[in-house]
Amino acid sequence: MRYLPLTPDDRAAMLRKIGVPSVDALYRDVPSSAVVGRSAFDLPETQGELEVERALSRLSSRNMAAGSVPFFVGAGAYRHHIPAAVDHLIQRSEFLTSYTPYQPEIAQGTLQYLFEFQTQVALLTGMEAANASLYDGSTATAEAVLMAQRVTRRTKAILSGGLHPHYAETVENVAALNGEVVRAAVTPGREEDLAKLIDDKTACVVVQSPDVFGLVRNLKPVAEAAHAKGALLIAVVTEVVSLGLLEPPGHQGADIVAAEGQGLGVGLNFGGPYVGLFATREKFIRQMPGRLSGETTDAAGKRGYVLTLSTREQHIRREKATSNICTNSGLCCLAFTIHVSLLGEEGLTRLARLNHARASALATKLSNIEGVELITPAFFNEFTLKLPKPAAGVVDALAEKRILGGVPASRLMPHEHDARDLLIVAATETSSEEDCDAFAKALAEAVQ
Amino acid sequence: MSEVRYTDQHEWVRIDGDEATIGITKYAADQLGDVVYVELPEPGRSLGQGGEAAVVESVKAASEVYAPIGGEVTEANAAVASEPAKVNADPEGEGWFFKVKIADQAEVAKLMTLGAYNDFLKGL
Amino acid sequence: MTMNTQGRPTAPGTASETELPTISGDRGLDHEENLIFELGRDGVTGVDIPEVQLSEERLGGQRRRGPIGLPGLSEPEVIRHYVRLSRMNYAIDSGLYPLGSCTMKHNPRLNEKMARLPGFADVHPLQPQQTVQGALTLISELMTWLTRLTGMPAVAMSPKAGAHGELCGLLAIRAAIEARGENRKRILVPSSAHGTNPATAAMAGFTVDEVPPKGDGHVDADALQAKLGPDVAGMMLTNPNTCGLFEPRIKEMADAVHKVGGYFYCDGANFNAVAGRVRPRDLGVDAMHINLHKTFSTPHGGGGPGAGPVVLSARLAPYAPLPLLVHDGNGVHLIEDRAAVPGDANPFGRMCAFHGQMGMFSRALTYMLSHGADGIRQASEDAVLSANYILASLKDVMSAPFGEGPCMHEALFDDTFLHDTGVTTLDFAKAMIDEGYHPMTMYFPLVVHGAMLIEPTESESKESLDRFIHVLRELALEAKAGKTERFDGAPRLAPRRRLDETAAARKPILRWKPKDLPQAAE
Repeated sequence: MRYLPLTPDDRAAMLRKIGVPSVDALYRDVPSSAVVGRSAFDLPETQGELEVERALSRLSSRNMAAGSVPFFVGAGAYRHHIPAAVDHLIQRSEFLTSYTPYQPEIAQGTLQYLFEFQTQVALLTGMEAANASLYDGSTATAEAVLMAQRVTRRTKAILSGGLHPHYAETVENVAALNGEVVRAAVTPGREEDLAKLIDDKTACVVVQSPDVFGLVRNLKPVAEAAHAKGALLIAVVTEVVSLGLLEPPGHQGADIVAAEGQGLGVGLNFGGPYVGLFATREKFIRQMPGRLSGETTDAAGKRGYVLTLSTREQHIRREKATSNICTNSGLCCLAFTIHVSLLGEEGLTRLARLNHARASALATKLSNIEGVELITPAFFNEFTLKLPKPAAGVVDALAEKRILGGVPASRLMPHEHDARDLLIVAATETSSEEDCDAFAKALAEAVQ
Repeated sequence: MSEVRYTDQHEWVRIDGDEATIGITKYAADQLGDVVYVELPEPGRSLGQGGEAAVVESVKAASEVYAPIGGEVTEANAAVASEPAKVNADPEGEGWFFKVKIADQAEVAKLMTLGAYNDFLKGL
Repeated sequence: MTMNTQGRPTAPGTASETELPTISGDRGLDHEENLIFELGRDGVTGVDIPEVQLSEERLGGQRRRGPIGLPGLSEPEVIRHYVRLSRMNYAIDSGLYPLGSCTMKHNPRLNEKMARLPGFADVHPLQPQQTVQGALTLISELMTWLTRLTGMPAVAMSPKAGAHGELCGLLAIRAAIEARGENRKRILVPSSAHGTNPATAAMAGFTVDEVPPKGDGHVDADALQAKLGPDVAGMMLTNPNTCGLFEPRIKEMADAVHKVGGYFYCDGANFNAVAGRVRPRDLGVDAMHINLHKTFSTPHGGGGPGAGPVVLSARLAPYAPLPLLVHDGNGVHLIEDRAAVPGDANPFGRMCAFHGQMGMFSRALTYMLSHGADGIRQASEDAVLSANYILASLKDVMSAPFGEGPCMHEALFDDTFLHDTGVTTLDFAKAMIDEGYHPMTMYFPLVVHGAMLIEPTESESKESLDRFIHVLRELALEAKAGKTERFDGAPRLAPRRRLDETAAARKPILRWKPKDLPQAAE
């Protein structure tokens, strides 16, 4: 087996040194009822690189890769061009094959990029502090709600109807255990009145912008209403590139920002791994979940970085920790950080403008089709169309023609009758004019 | 006259009439290492004897501080909150944590004298 | 002849023992590197993107009013910056990384190549399912491997890491208890457990009750017995445990927990010691997470991402979270809607937005296909053999708290051998850095004093192990002989000396700020 360096002679010599006759003796504590033979598993035997590569390639070829077709799918994951330098750098052994930076003297590379990542996240969201990542946007949102429950010592969380339904379900999964989760009604294409739901038991209000339909929202009135009742505003962002063009949530009164960072540096990956961004106000940092890299100096007076405020975390605080998270999204943070560094102020601003321009042009094109109506008046790179027939069938028909034409809202909210005809469409810098034309033509035929 | 008593959880309490000033002992501070953070109870909060009252943290450990005596919190030491190093420098003086208005003087009798605490430490 | 007219010397010169500070502050191949925010200049970018004018802005008046504050750098500058940072890291690719309980085994590059195939890396989680049959089949194949290796009937794939898997398992237990109309709140956790166990139990709404260890490093099965009662929801046990030992009474403990109506959760962080030899089903396990980034070699990436699928017993399988993966006549399908679940399934909820860590699944399946069942078994045996070889080779100079062994995949030492030397576990670990090694896990598990937990994995050759043993023996002998120079203030040869963690925690600086803004402070 090509990955195992020990030879039969080595193994024999090692067993002699240990003083046992065979490796079976090392497993003497395993109950005899649980000892199984080699054939118990009914699984194949070892294979060479060539055979494995063939097997995996065969599976890969049975998928319609986004890059091979006109592609307009979003709703929480977005296809952007990732510069070649990103993948090259994250595959460097020293980043790829190192552990959590528990020995800071020989992990300054990781600690420094995490510090840079935290700074970038804080700048993009307009917040004062950010952590070194959580798993993804949905789990970051759930953690934000738990944190708000701790900070306010209240139990109720109010979720906007525009919050991605999968995020809402992820929040309910943990926040409803020791509290109450209220989901506001879904109002596609317009903002709901959340203020009337907020009372003095409310820990937080969770609002996504752009929301699941792509609608850009104004967070300020919700922030004011929440703060007036002593509740926190949690702002959720699922398309991080939007922060290159939109007013950041931190400037609109958000107390916690939970975001999906996948759009910068991380591929679609069929849903994971992604990278959860988590930012808050400085006064709440001791209530934050997740790791933090902090600046300090070494014994010789040189600047360096360490994991800090660790007493919040499970390995020290155990059942009183702010979260159970240990492994986070390390390498995806690095990809994000490198992509943002490559873009810089100029590049990210241009990228965001280009996304909006592409989406805007596509929205015009598609809403010119007879029977198709644009229902999101304000959007970034994703918008929602009302079709003259159920959207799920239309998407399947488009896929038959090798066009991935968005997400039917019914896939995310199957019991929302009014959502049946809604199609959520995303366009990014990767959506060429040719692709957009092909989509418009096919959609016009499909809705006939 | 004030008197100082101790607990087996390494808190000390100085009693002046119905006012009690509370902190952690030098032994506890030394065991903990450099203190980096102290979380103190808010004035007005009512504490029961032995209840969780404060948290003291070093880089690698976080410890609960229990109220040696019950009562209402009258003051928290803002100076240790902003400069936790005071806990190491002067644990039984400037490094005090908070004061309570004693609810029940009978609780004092349950606490150790200095001599008893020192004997207790020898047994650890 | 042609004369050497350039005056170039040919002798190597003499090596000086004292190090002269350099003018640049860099030292040969070791470069200092500023923060990215201290580099670059306005108007430069490393990505060429066309400038578009927004003829028609539809942002609802929410356009950003000020700059973001990011620096501008070209591609070569960004690459140099991150390459220089990478060189300040230790990695398994560059040396032995014996971090106990973390499993720093070799990360095959074929895994990386396969994960980047466009059919896995460039597909969207919400594409029509008929366009992702290969990706769904990959998940299904991985599920087959995981269920067969563990003997368990079901597996939930969406948890994103070990701790997330623990949460999934405990929520399944909670749902099962609720379905029985009961209200059990107590979870038993050994004091030697990973911190994630009690943290997860608390997060899932349970109270934590600690079970003490016995003097031999095993969980005290009799103490457990005494703690059992009708309010016990379950027990979380790591096996092999965090002391690197297989729990010989695990089946008995599982049976006892079952007898009072509780569920038995196994923390599978150490499955790599027994994979291919022992099936958790045969030990009475109801739920166990599997860290694909430990046992199945997906790279640790400086702290993530990982993946933590959870295998479930027949009693817990109905409560597995959404989405579910099912086979029907038309292929493999995801069920994302509670109303559409088949039969007796009653999912407790949803762990995350989509269906798990596909990028880790493709790597783990590549590892499994490469090894085969026989290779997985051999890898487990080699990991255990190597740890025992280290234990046998060092127990005379270091101190093994739990005697002669055998151990499983990691060898535990305590600091008894350093008693009265003035050298601490921390000093010993830092001295290893100067010798070119990553230290072992230190001060964990919490149940022994000054713990040093060494996990060599199956990826080291005997020559590599022998060299490592030699260095540790010499360090131990020097410490015991009172020769402490190597330990005082170590490491001396790393990119940084010891860092002031106290200062970092007292006045946290968690981000860069422009000079004219006040630095972060409490």
